[in-house]
Amino acid sequence: MGFISQHPVLVAAVVKIAVLLFIVMTALAYLTWLERKVIAHIQSRWGPYNVGAHGLLQPLADGLKFLFKEDVTPPTADRFIYTLAPFLALSLGLTTIALIPFGPPSVLFPNGQQIFSVVDLNIGLLFLFAITSMGVYGVALAGWSSNSKYALLGGLRSSAQMISYEVSLTISVVGVVLLAGTLNFNELIGGIPHGSTGQTGYWLHFIPKWNVIPQFVGFLCYLTAAIAETNRVPFDLPEAETELVAGFHTEYSAFKFAMFFMAEYANMITVSCLATILFLGGWLSPFPASWTWQNYLPGAGLLLLAVYCAWNTVSEMRGIARLQLGVVTLLAGGGGLICLYPPIAAGIQGPFWFTAKILAILFFYIWMRATLPRFRYDQLMSFGWKLLLPVSLANLVITAFVIVWPLLRKG
Amino acid sequence: MNVAIIMFFACALLAVAGAVLLILAREPIHSALALVLVMMALAVLYLLLGAPFIAAVQIIVYAGAIMVLFVFVIMLLNAGVEERTDFSKIAKFGGVPLGFLLLLEIAHWLYHSPVGTAIANGAGSSNEAADTAQLSEMLFRQYLFPFEATSILILIAILGALVLARKEQ
Repeated sequence: MGFISQHPVLVAAVVKIAVLLFIVMTALAYLTWLERKVIAHIQSRWGPYNVGAHGLLQPLADGLKFLFKEDVTPPTADRFIYTLAPFLALSLGLTTIALIPFGPPSVLFPNGQQIFSVVDLNIGLLFLFAITSMGVYGVALAGWSSNSKYALLGGLRSSAQMISYEVSLTISVVGVVLLAGTLNFNELIGGIPHGSTGQTGYWLHFIPKWNVIPQFVGFLCYLTAAIAETNRVPFDLPEAETELVAGFHTEYSAFKFAMFFMAEYANMITVSCLATILFLGGWLSPFPASWTWQNYLPGAGLLLLAVYCAWNTVSEMRGIARLQLGVVTLLAGGGGLICLYPPIAAGIQGPFWFTAKILAILFFYIWMRATLPRFRYDQLMSFGWKLLLPVSLANLVITAFVIVWPLLRKG
Repeated sequence: MNVAIIMFFACALLAVAGAVLLILAREPIHSALALVLVMMALAVLYLLLGAPFIAAVQIIVYAGAIMVLFVFVIMLLNAGVEERTDFSKIAKFGGVPLGFLLLLEIAHWLYHSPVGTAIANGAGSSNEAADTAQLSEMLFRQYLFPFEATSILILIAILGALVLARKEQ
């Protein structure tokens, strides 16, 4: 106990990192399940169905398969860099999530530490960009070190694309920073003590003052650049399988391949978190605080899920799947009842809205993948440099003028 | 021992090791990666000096933009392994000792100069550059002219590169 009371910051940080890592790894696994399910339903298929009820154990089975497959290294590969690349990709992808505040900074541990963010940096946004700007190395080095022409071409394409779209990504965000006057995530959402009010408050008493409304062009630019930055459809040129087999990770197998896979999903989550913080009001609720019934939304949602699962267990499932879905029912029902307890219901409001917004953006991502065809390479480059960059620059200049204009007129 | 001092020596060692590796590596990509290592170690040193903004910018600009372009170009040109030549006699007997002499001289000067003692007493770790707003105030008020002049310098460099790279008509 002596150690814990002497190092409150350290202990709280380690606990938060461990819990966050567990949550994020589980989320990564079930994001693959969600993606396969949603795409399947858009294309009138069932998707994973046989491993566990509704394919719920499919991510676990895939993970085990990746662990037990043979790990092949091409004999001509640069062994050190070939091994370094997936570690670099995954660790950078996971590090960024530590900077994200999942709830308001006012919710504290007994020792005065924030519960919902691992670190609360004054320059959080810059730091996040610093880490994501290193993300290109994982892809580029993987492509180079494999010593294979498909991997090299994929790596080259990928790095060219990521460098190009990173410019628009960064510039589209600056408009929001100008409006808020801070680089701290919590202040970007909740406002700074003497100055801007962040994204709190309402227009006409019911439209939330989220940045997505004044910065709509910036939001569109950010979303487009973010999809390109994470190499997703319709910008998934790096792994255009009809041309490049699998792009930069052609030669990777077993768990190293899984690490690239996880890194891609981790990047998707980071980018969605950033969009939520910058444009969609982060952990703020879309409803005014006087509407107290919203505190019971998470619990009610979980209870509804439990009812659906119970009905499904009784009517549809057979054998072992029935048992699994029964467990899910009990978990959802118990969780729902706990979430209805007023102090907990009030405490989890922030993470609930944050997660809901992230899920909405991730669903949009998957929807895009099921809907849109891939860009051609020259289209991708001219779109990035000739359309996206000028539009985000114009957005930045106009925002700056709108902010400075009243100051200029006052003299 | 103080955590900051341990971090300083670890990062200083990493930076020097990266710099040596940069010269010794025969594969161009390995050299580029060693330079990235140097940049990252320097960023941590900036953090230790209480300048997180400079540290983040160091990573974004050098490690995240410039070195990525280096790696990209090396990959694009598919530059091969460098040939290793024997040291020339002048380099072996003149250059190497002289280099060490210069290093010793710099260390000696730093150790005895007021700058060295000031740094050792923690002059660099003031909070002057810590606040992003203060930094921008200095950059865009006090040092506006040099700042803008630098950007024109970079523009000239870009134009020069364009002229050099343009194909002959």
